[in-house]
Parts: sequence; C-alpha cells; structure tokens
Amino acid sequence: MEKTSVKSLDKVVVRFSGDSGDGMQLAGNIFTNVSAGLGNSVSTFPDYPADMRAPQGSLSGVSAFQVSVGRGVHTPGDQCDVLVAMNPAALKRNVQFLKPGGVIIIDTDTFNADGLSKAQYTTDDAIKELGITAQVVEAPITSQTKAALADSGLDNKAMLKCRNIFALGLVCWLFDRPLDGALHLLKNKFAKKPAVFEANAKVIEAGYNFGHNVHASVSTYRVETESIVPGVYTDINGNTATAWGLIMASEKSGRPLFLGSYPITPATDILHELAKRKDLGVKACQMEDEIAGVCSAIGASFAGNLAVTSTSGPGLALKGEGIGLAVMAELPLVVIDVQRSGPSTGLPTKTEQTDLMQALYGRNGESPLAVVAATSPTDCFTMAFESCRIAVEHMTPVILLTDAFIGNGSSAWRVPEADEYPEIKVRHVPAELHDSWKPYMRDEKTLSRYWAIPGTEGLMHRIGGLEKDSVTGAISNDPVNHERMVNLRREKIARIADDIPAQEVLCAEDSDTLLVGWGGTYGHLYTAAEDLCAEGVPVAFTQFKYINPLPANTGDILRRYKKVIVAELNTGMFADYLQAKFPDVNIFRINKIQGQPFMVREIVDGVKSVLGK
Amino acid sequence: MEDLKYIPANFKSDQSVRWCPGCGDHAVLNVLHKAMASIGVAPHMTAVISGIGCSSRLTYYMNTYGFHTIHGRAAAIATGFKVANPEMTVWQMSGDGDGLAIGGNHFIHAVRRNIDINMILFNNKIYGLTKGQYSPTSARGFVSKSSPYGTTEDPFIPAELVFGARGNFFARSFDVELKTTQEILEEAARHKGTSVCEILTNCVIFNHGIHSGITDREVRADRTIHLRHGEKMLFGKDNEKGLVRDGFLLKAVEVGKDGYTIDDVLVHDAHCESNFLHQQLAMMDGQSLPLAIGVIRDYDAPTYNESLTEQVAEVRAKKGFDSLRGMILAGETWEVK
Repeated sequence: MEKTSVKSLDKVVVRFSGDSGDGMQLAGNIFTNVSAGLGNSVSTFPDYPADMRAPQGSLSGVSAFQVSVGRGVHTPGDQCDVLVAMNPAALKRNVQFLKPGGVIIIDTDTFNADGLSKAQYTTDDAIKELGITAQVVEAPITSQTKAALADSGLDNKAMLKCRNIFALGLVCWLFDRPLDGALHLLKNKFAKKPAVFEANAKVIEAGYNFGHNVHASVSTYRVETESIVPGVYTDINGNTATAWGLIMASEKSGRPLFLGSYPITPATDILHELAKRKDLGVKACQMEDEIAGVCSAIGASFAGNLAVTSTSGPGLALKGEGIGLAVMAELPLVVIDVQRSGPSTGLPTKTEQTDLMQALYGRNGESPLAVVAATSPTDCFTMAFESCRIAVEHMTPVILLTDAFIGNGSSAWRVPEADEYPEIKVRHVPAELHDSWKPYMRDEKTLSRYWAIPGTEGLMHRIGGLEKDSVTGAISNDPVNHERMVNLRREKIARIADDIPAQEVLCAEDSDTLLVGWGGTYGHLYTAAEDLCAEGVPVAFTQFKYINPLPANTGDILRRYKKVIVAELNTGMFADYLQAKFPDVNIFRINKIQGQPFMVREIVDGVKSVLGK
Repeated sequence: MEDLKYIPANFKSDQSVRWCPGCGDHAVLNVLHKAMASIGVAPHMTAVISGIGCSSRLTYYMNTYGFHTIHGRAAAIATGFKVANPEMTVWQMSGDGDGLAIGGNHFIHAVRRNIDINMILFNNKIYGLTKGQYSPTSARGFVSKSSPYGTTEDPFIPAELVFGARGNFFARSFDVELKTTQEILEEAARHKGTSVCEILTNCVIFNHGIHSGITDREVRADRTIHLRHGEKMLFGKDNEKGLVRDGFLLKAVEVGKDGYTIDDVLVHDAHCESNFLHQQLAMMDGQSLPLAIGVIRDYDAPTYNESLTEQVAEVRAKKGFDSLRGMILAGETWEVK
C-alpha cells in the first residue's frame, strides 16, 4: 500500500480577487476575523493593485486578499486552496496562485464579451483559454446579488457594491463558518448606515444559501502521497479516479463500459467524468431516477457490457431491489456509493461511513454480494478497477464504498503504465460446453456461472428474479433446491477471499494493540498510529479495503492482539461486523458522527484513553 | 410467397405455459411467435425483457434471450440492454400494473427518450397475479378486492400517456383479434423508436368480460374501427360507417346519409408528424365513437440509442484518444524521474 498522509488538514488558504472597487479586502477581512473568532490562527496578505485608478475590469485593476486560516498557521501560504475571482481579469491574474487540486469560484455574470475583452482574452472560453483543469464553482454572483436586493430600494450601483458579500457568504458555506460572526462584523462596520447593513445581511445569506442549494463543496483536506515512484503524475480527485478505474477495467476486460446513473451529491462528479469520457467510448446514461440507474445497468450487464451505477446513500436505498435482482441473476454489476451523512437527506455534502450495513445487508432475502472500500483519492482508481475485476470474474454485484472526503479530496497520482493492471478474464461459455451448457452451470473453483452474451448463436436463455433450478435456470419452487441455491450464492461470495490480497499490518506490528480502520479514514489513522509510536505508545495498524469477504488472514491478525481498536465514522458498524465474525476478539471502539473526517489528534487521544494512558 | 427463414416453433421455448386456461395472454403469445417468424430476426438476435405480473411470465416461453426482472422496471432494464447491445431487437412485456403503476415513471421516460424497443402492454384492467385488485386502468367505481365499495379515482388511458410523453408509435389490438395483433406487432418491430402496442386482454378469473362490451362478436363491427395508413376510416359490418371532421372534433356518420358521402370520410395518416388527430383517434372509447385498433401513430424520429452511438463515435473521432492513458497524458501532467 502506498503511504499517504493527510497534510494540509489544519490549514486552508483562500484568495479573494476582483476589481479594486469590488471590496475584496473587506470580504477577506471579515472571513479572517470570523475564522479567528472560531479559534483559528490566521495570517493574511492583501495584494492591492499598483494603480488604484486602473479602468474597471482591466488586468491592472485587479485586487486580491489572501488569507490562511487554521491551526498552527504562520504564513499566508504561497498558494491558495480556493480562489474567488469576481471577473475575468481577476481570474487571469490570480490563477497562478491556485494549488493543484484547488477550487475556483467565479462570477459567471462577468464572463461576458465585454468582461473578457477588457481582460484581453482571445476566445470566449476563459477557463479553456487559461488551461484550467481545477474544479470551478460557477456562481452568477452579480445577478443573484441584484435579485436578493430587488425589494431593497437600492439603486443599481449600490446593489453591485454588495457582490463581495455574496461571495463571502458562499465561502462561509464552503468552510462551515456560521454567519453570526460575519453579521456581527458587518453590523459594526455599517453602524451608521443601517440600510447598507440590511442589504449586506440579505446578500451574505443569499450567498450562503446559494452554496447550500447547489451543494457546493470543496475538500479542505489534502491527502499527500509521499512515496514518489518515478513516472508521469497528474492531480486527481477521488471521484475522477473512480471513473478512470472503471475505464481501465473496461480496457482490461474488453467489455464496453456502461454507466446508468442519476445525479446525487457527492457522487455526481463520477457521472460528469464518465459523460465526458464518451471520447473513450463510455456509454454514460443519465436515467430518470436512481432505480432506473441501477436497472439500466443491470440490462446492460445482461446484454454483455461492463455495467456500473454510481450513487450515494439515499440512492443505494432505492437501488436495493435492483441489486437483489443482480444477485439472483448472478450478473456482474458495480455499484458505487460515495457515502455521505444520513439518515434520509442528512448532511448531503458531509462525509461519513454509515452505509456499511446497508451495503452488506440492505436487501430482501439472503442476498450476499462483494463489498469493497477505497482508502484514499488515488486508491479509488485501484478499488474501482478491483470492483470490476471481482464483478466480472466472479459474476456478482460488487458495492464499492468511497465517501465525500476521499471522493472530493485530491492527490498527486502516478499514471499507471499500460501493462500495470492485469487482464480481467470474462467468463465466456467455453466452446466445448456450447451444446450442453445451461445458464446456472458453474466454474468449480469460483462457483461463478458463465456469461453468455446475447447475440451469441445457440446460447439463448432466460434468467430472472424467481428462484431457479441450480443447473438449468428454469423456475423452481423446490424447497431443497432453494436452500442449495442460497448456499451456493453465499459460498460463491465467500470464495472471493481466495482471490484478494492478504491483509497487511503496519507500524508496531509486534505490539499488543491493533488500530483498525476501513475505507477513507486511512490517511488519518495511519498518521495517528505513527504519531502514537513516536510518542512511545506502540500500536500496530491495519486498514481494511475488502469488507465482504474479508481477507482470509483477518482472524489470524485480529487474534494476535490483546486489544483491537476499531475507529470509524459511524456508531460502530465495522466493529459489530468483526465482533460477530470473531467473537473471541477483544474489540474497542472510537467513533465520530459529525459529518467530518477524523482529526489525527482525536484518534491519538482515543487510543490512549482505551489503553489508560 | 417469399420463404420465411424461421417458423413460429423456432421462437418457442421448452417450458410449459402456465397461464389459466382461457386467459387472453395465450393468444398474444401464439401471435408473437408467428410475428417473430415473419419479422425474420434470428432468435439469438432477439431479447425479451419483462417485469412482474401474469403477462411478464411470457419471457420464459420464448426461445430467445430473455430476462424476467422485477416489478415495474422492465422499461429501464430494456433501455440499458438496447444501449449496451444495439444490434439486438428488444421486446418488452408489461401488464397495466407493471407498466403504468409501479413502472409508470420508466414507461413515460422510455417513450420520451424514444429508445428503440417494442413494448407490448397487456391491458386487462386488473391485478391478476396478486388475485384481483384494481389497476391504474380500471374505471372509476370499479369494484375489486381492494376497492369493495368501488374505486374513487380515474384511470389512465395508456394512449394518452404515450402521447403525453411525445410517443411516436402507438398501436392497439385485443386478444381475440389475432390478425390485427400480428399486424401491429410486425409494424412495431419495423418502427425505429419506442413502439407501444396496447393489447386488451381478458382475465378469465378476476375480470372476465371487462372488454366484452367492445370486443364481443355481435358488437365488434360497430364499436371498433381498424385503422390502416392511407385508407378511409370506415367501420361497421359492411363498412357503411365512417369518421368525419366535426369542427375540431370527430364524428361517426353513415355514408350516404344526412348528406355525408365517402369523400367526407377521413383518410388515416399514421405517419403525420402532428399527433393532433392521432390523439383524438386513440381516445375514442367504443361508446359514441368506435375504439380504434391497428397502428394509430407511426412517425420516424431519432432514437436514443442511435443518437448516443453516433455521439460517442463523433467525440471519439474528434478527440482521437487511443486509451485512458492517452487521454490522461494529453492533459496536465508532470514527470518524476
């Protein structure tokens, strides 16, 4: 496993930029003071234009204010995580300050012919012209500000002066800054102009609500990959990595990639990326609902494509019946759940690991399937590929659990060489079996059935959701046959354990304590385990990626330790799962359910508290 | 006569048919076998996808690729199938509950997208498999096990939904009208895009005779009209009646009476882009105006699967990436040595 750690967890740099008359300094100052009020240390860097009277919208008139907030901040940061660009000139001047994987917020209303020509663009697509590949949050700041102030009685010029505060509201949403503090500061600032305060109060709320309504989100965390292997690198976020892993699997299996999906935060970027990748032959279909998303994928799988559906928790709930059909029909299907906070709509942009039980058990009947999880933004690529490999080679649905944190988080990623990933072997019906083949004949080793691709002469067959005869696939109501089929389907999934890597233990392997995690908490837990060892509290650490089945050596590992501490972003689902499978293991828990990733300190303290230190 | 490549038996599976004796679905199945032989698409190039319900069992009786799926989702599954494997001819079997109640959303969106599948909508106006509850096509006041005092809701008229979803092919027949059924199934297969064939079927157990006021031999000639593209809209035992325009509406008249001549009788144009008249024809209910059977609308429009396939080919050619790696290397990267 590559070593990754959560680097800029405690610090974020925001750069507000606009025309010198746009009030960037004010917006930046308020954000700084609000953050300081929340206990962050701050460092700021106002970057005024040399020529205060430069024409509006021109490159020389751009003003910026950079603020770095967080813990242990000593400098304003060389580069920013978030760039607010109020016009095309500001974008052009400031894009150089954006970190790889950063986010840009633009006022789309200013990116018109006039604005672009003042900033000396030569095309009508500023983003493309500047070669920007970062995430761009497109906000119609000017028109939204005016709309919010439509009944205020202010004239146009006065309304436009509030644009900066709309942007501030949006930034406050992105970084979880409650508006109370900002409102208080605005009230002081405009103590003698109550009408101006009222207007700004309205606008900051409008900006905040805009962020809420469009589910705008940025990752304030960056997972850095440290062990640099020579090669070509690019910056990638988890959702893009997931999409690319699926494409790689399509190339390695020779099966065309089909995606049936429905937009849902925080998984939608997978749909976006695969829709773009029609240029690689991907058939990406935005269906009418979540159910149609999974069902179209099941249809595509029956038809012989590598079929995928992407969603988040509420969507997974809707897809449950469909996934059960894929279990019964024993068709390859990959279901990606980018987990978010629940239940119900919950906190749609926030991260959690609370869909584990749903993934394992959220269907009617005995319906086992493979469940895997990705540990980091770049691991999303690997595990998306693995999901496809398991699905195709074992003829089963696979649920891949990622989460909002690693889905939106980004990291440097080495582009794999063409031969780095293995071929995925499609289980075509062997030619010698064509005459005697029946739909539920199985490969002896894996117990998986064969994939008879429609359009093949002589292999016409019918499958479906009704229980079927264990060989012929004809409808069967025979009670004994049903039990045999239940056991076969379970055993087929269990045997995947022979086809996945053994679980590895890191850090102080020989200590008495094992810190256990699964999925997207890897970076935090690993850092915490190392910190503990450095502090003289030796702990071993292991992070699970294969959840069902678990790696074959799981029991052996767990039993080696006196105390097994399972840390997860839920109330203890994986701990319960392990305890049920290994009742003799002494399991302790560290849990957090706040819609936020762990902080390294929380894990360190949690482990110490279990150990009485 | 041209030799057919296939005979109906080529499309029959070895499974014994389990519908109740006298069920209208038997007739549709037999006609479908005949229609498929006549259409001439090989069994291995044909897929039948169904939802849940009595009629959805039909899949098991076909010697084609077949998928008996889950309640209401056949249209979505068929859509994915057709996009994934567009060379196949795809048929979807659904009842009125499967297609219009639990699967209503997928039904209208499949029709809107104009995915190239042939849907047979078995409309017996009852839930048979769950033993006799009213369906979304049951008339207001209909008494059933789940509506012992009569329903308090109005039904869908399938044709109206199809036109509301901007459908381009709608045809109708009923179980005992074998020739018409075969005709519309063959036309549905020929049509590119979503073809909806509503077939009124009789449930002998739970809703016997629901369509008999229209389909019984004694009344059929007067209460139905068989529409054929390019032909006069005539009906009655001796084709003595016809449909004429009456302002914006349609009117049934006797040719030669009240000053109406054969020249006043409308000619059916199923291929017309405007669906204005098609809707009026499809909404005739067999009471004051005869129920229309045959192909009512058959208009060619771009299909979802062809448009998607073309778009993929276009952007592939334009970008010219040979692989995922090629696409990534064409973007922003850096090298570590």
